[in-house]
Amino acid sequence: MNIKWDEFFVTGDPLILGAQISIVLTMVGIIALLTYLKRWTWLWREWLTTVDHKRIGIMYILSGVVMFFRGGIDGLMMKAQTAVPENEFLNAQHYNEVFTTHGVIMILFMAMPLLIGIMNVIIPLQIGARDVAFPQLNALSFWLFFSGAMLFNISFVIGGSPDAGWTSYFPMAGKEFSPSIGNNYYAIAIQIAGIGTLISGINFIVTILKMRTKGMTLMKMPMFSWTTLITSIIIVAAFPIFTVALALMTFDRLFGAHFFTVSGGGMDMLWANLFWLWGHPEVYIVVLPAFGIFSEIVSTFSRKRLFGYTSMVIAVAGIAFLSMLVWVHHFYTMGSGPAVNSVFSLTTMLIAVPTGIKMFNWLFTMRKGRINFSTPMLWTLAFIPCFLIGGTTGVMLAMAAADFQYHNTLFLVAHFHYTLIPGVVFAVFAALYYWWPKMFGHKLNEKIGKWHFWLFVIGFNFTFFPMFFLGLDGAVRRSFTYSAESGYGPLFLLSAIGSAVLAIGFAMFVYNIYWSIRHADRNISSDPWDARTLEWATASPVQDYNFAKLPEVKTLDAFWHMKKDNEGLTIEDKEIKDIHMPNNSGIPFFMGVVFTVAGFFLVFEWYIPAAIASLGIFAGLIIRSFDYNDGHHIHAEDVRKVERKWRNRKGEVHKHVG
Amino acid sequence: MSANLTASSDLPLEYQSEQSKMNILGFWIFLGAEIVLFATLFGVYGVLAERHAGGPTQQDIFVIKDVLIQTVLLLTSSFTCGIAIFEMRRNRLKGLITWLVITLLLGGGFLFMEINEFIHYVHEGAALQTSAFTSSLLVLLGTHGAHVALGIGWAILIIMQLLKRGLTTETTRKTFIIGLYWHFLDVVWIFIFTFVYLEGLVG
Repeated sequence: MNIKWDEFFVTGDPLILGAQISIVLTMVGIIALLTYLKRWTWLWREWLTTVDHKRIGIMYILSGVVMFFRGGIDGLMMKAQTAVPENEFLNAQHYNEVFTTHGVIMILFMAMPLLIGIMNVIIPLQIGARDVAFPQLNALSFWLFFSGAMLFNISFVIGGSPDAGWTSYFPMAGKEFSPSIGNNYYAIAIQIAGIGTLISGINFIVTILKMRTKGMTLMKMPMFSWTTLITSIIIVAAFPIFTVALALMTFDRLFGAHFFTVSGGGMDMLWANLFWLWGHPEVYIVVLPAFGIFSEIVSTFSRKRLFGYTSMVIAVAGIAFLSMLVWVHHFYTMGSGPAVNSVFSLTTMLIAVPTGIKMFNWLFTMRKGRINFSTPMLWTLAFIPCFLIGGTTGVMLAMAAADFQYHNTLFLVAHFHYTLIPGVVFAVFAALYYWWPKMFGHKLNEKIGKWHFWLFVIGFNFTFFPMFFLGLDGAVRRSFTYSAESGYGPLFLLSAIGSAVLAIGFAMFVYNIYWSIRHADRNISSDPWDARTLEWATASPVQDYNFAKLPEVKTLDAFWHMKKDNEGLTIEDKEIKDIHMPNNSGIPFFMGVVFTVAGFFLVFEWYIPAAIASLGIFAGLIIRSFDYNDGHHIHAEDVRKVERKWRNRKGEVHKHVG
Repeated sequence: MSANLTASSDLPLEYQSEQSKMNILGFWIFLGAEIVLFATLFGVYGVLAERHAGGPTQQDIFVIKDVLIQTVLLLTSSFTCGIAIFEMRRNRLKGLITWLVITLLLGGGFLFMEINEFIHYVHEGAALQTSAFTSSLLVLLGTHGAHVALGIGWAILIIMQLLKRGLTTETTRKTFIIGLYWHFLDVVWIFIFTFVYLEGLVG
């Protein structure tokens, strides 16, 4: 495509001009700050080239929080636009772009990295390992995700954003009807991030299958490890479908192929099927780890073993299996016919069964427990009724005949926000409050945390509950405005006010991070919640090598029993040996840069520069193939020093002898 | 992490370190992902194969003789690759490299035939842009062909490392993994041969 140079930057909109200026200022600010503080080598050595699962996890989480902000601004803009009838804050085109990027960013660049980040930090610790199976690939996963996220995010200032919805249905998303650059960004940026996710999936499967510590059989694994294992299996089974779908979209848009086009025999419904063959499992990819997080928290703060552990495992596996069999329920109205719709109606409703089992398990875990209402537990408690609303409206939508009424209305939008926000966002907040001391050695402030909790939960309900009624009254989704006569005004306004409260809640979270970094008490034990699983059987923040001596597991909730039986908590000098660790590497970061550059050229259909840039990908692969770097050892003496220091603090359950 | 601790000498060299075991398992899982990828491409082809949009059909463009030669080349290369791994297990570096080179020559022959096949298709008026049928055919074949090309480049890197380092736990692991990859491409080709070419000529 011959893009005109005056179209390269998006112009003519004061909002976007403001964004462009602030992007430039932020970048200049970051560079100036790093230079002033002389932190460039630190940044390169400690973060950009790291292969440590904990640091990679923290980078994922940080990116996820930033993307939450970006996606949240998109959401607020939509709410501002629809607050009153016939508003002219955003025009139709801008509104299309905003809801498209909101959807993509929240699912792929907010939910995914936050969850994968938490998995990265916690999983090796929970199974008693010193890292993931493939540390360098893990770094590559992160940098590919980051590359995809950055590429997708610059679309709104350079070239224009995708505007065909996060589902990007054909023929709408084809070149015929969307000739602009925007949808190329969709096809290519998500592709790059998707490769990273697939690699993560493989990495976690091998890690969990092969690196569990002595005595930890599969049925003695903590629930979060179980859900991560199953999630990773879904990733490996579902992401390649999306890889193909996006590649075919790229062929259609860039090279004039006819997979999904109206002309040349292409079939637009093929895209819808492929998209949801990935897209529905994707929903479970984000929600299953969240179920694992809630399971850990509910058990810790009820001070009881998780009720129905085995049934929980079976339910998670069942959900994973069923997740592959329900994709058609996303387009009942698009001509599949009553027989097909009936089958998918049944499979969809079946999912309510294992999910119901989990709900009861959480409730029974709390029954007769001594519940500690700290912030992580509050999120878990709020999750249950909110998610129940999402689930029951889901069963309503699952009935194909009734769905013809709800389809494409705000009822549907309210439904999936009631599943994804309690199911994923509440879980991520709960997890961050719960595991923050493990990552940084201090808690997040409980008082600010409670403000965050109440504002966010109340704001969430006020934002999305009215949308059920708007939807039942016939308000359609993705419509940038409505008439005053429709009578939708008051509920839309209520929803907009709710979203402002929600946003203040999020701001409280960011403020809490700031406050806690500055003022929180550093002198806390390595086990501040009196928890049950192995990630608490080591220092907080965790040392490079995780465990000086790999723990041995005899039961479920291993750490809890270690504390009860006073077993395995001490370490003696003679037990400490040299520890082998992988070396840092610059290749994953380099690959991220090359993928971004090549991807950018491909978006603009500049094929020769794209080809030259992709030579860099091969260069990276070749260098890696010849790289026989075998890592390094941390000497026993250094390990001893570290262990003595954290174990001999007052109030510490772990002890050092000799 | 490469804790090279297990030294059970009953195991073949490529399975002797924990890291190698994990790499091999990881690659099996990757092949699982590849199966999903190719299954999707086959599904797409299955849906679009009869949508010719007035362009050429399967019977118009397929040349069974050339396809048979390609099949023989690739199947033989899978056999020679098996011999290569057999030689590796017997600790014979020279035999391993010889059979690997033969494998790659056969693979290169396959690739040469496939490129000619594509040129032939374009001359017959069956380009990527012609119809849904040609798009799905060329992308399915092209994805397989790209895998073969990548495999050849990758194997050359491994041969260089074998020459430099001999048979170690690491080089044997790498060789074993590319062996798995190569056999996998053969399996995919059997499906292509059956469900694309044979069915296209019969149907």
